[in-house]
Amino acid sequence: MDVKELIEKLDLKVLCGESLDRKVTGCYCGDLLSWVMSRAQEGDVWLTVMGNINSVGVAVLADVACIVLTENAALDADALNRAKQNDVIILQTEKNSYQIAAAISKLI
Amino acid sequence: MEEVKLHYDVNAYDFTCAGEASGKLKRSLKDLGFDASLIRRVAIAVYEAEINMVIHAEGGVIDATITPECITVVLADKGPGIPDVELAMQEGYSTAPENVRSLGFGAGMGLPNIKKYTDEMTIDTEIGIGTTITLKICNK
Ligand SMILES: Nc1ncnc2c1ncn2[C@@H]1O[C@H](COP(=O)(O)OP(=O)(O)OP(=O)(O)O)[C@@H](O)[C@H]1O
Ligand SMILES: [Mg+2]
Repeated sequence: MDVKELIEKLDLKVLCGESLDRKVTGCYCGDLLSWVMSRAQEGDVWLTVMGNINSVGVAVLADVACIVLTENAALDADALNRAKQNDVIILQTEKNSYQIAAAISKLI
Repeated sequence: MEEVKLHYDVNAYDFTCAGEASGKLKRSLKDLGFDASLIRRVAIAVYEAEINMVIHAEGGVIDATITPECITVVLADKGPGIPDVELAMQEGYSTAPENVRSLGFGAGMGLPNIKKYTDEMTIDTEIGIGTTITLKICNK
């Protein structure tokens, strides 16, 4: 599955991201950055409520497929700029992390 | 490949730049053709040490020496130093202030992550003088 398909199936809103053909291979949930940094795998969808510039830094370094801001968590302007510079895909949903993770587990 | 040396300055309390040096180093390693799992280990370890310099010290300097076999990174700050290194190395130990915790830091997992992802890690620290962390990550 790629990010584009994920967006369609889960009805996610795209906050940032142009090429959406990145492969999705797993999912990780967490808001504490150094946990996410060391546990999230390359290609994971990262579910979080942290929409600041540091999340974007972690997404780049951990090489996740995309960030999904759950429960409509907001994205800072700084974070959006950094995400654009680094081609990080950021999505948003009103659903919570549990609902999204459960849905992803049926898709991959 | 000859030995490559890279240098980065890390600004104090600048969260908008934090992670920039490790990001740049990651890109350079990619360009040099290093394998993805080694790059990931370097990126995680250097990111954690870089963030620590921003949060706990007043920024500092990063020097990386790259050879085909190993990446050695020295991160030096002139911050407050670490009073009890053994305690600081424990998972979950953190002195991060509230404003920093609300950004997602302060799990007390940074130093343990560095240990986990490096082949060698040394901490030289002196109270009131600063902290120098040296990391070495080698091709397996
Ligand atoms: N460069 C440094 N200068 C001074 N103190 C430091 C430095 N690096 C780490 N410390 C001390 O060691 C503690 C543990 O660091 P560690 O990186 O493991 O956790 P943290 O930074 O508090 O949280 P996290 O990394 O999970 O966001 C810090 O809370 C701080 O007290
Ligand atoms: Mg830390």
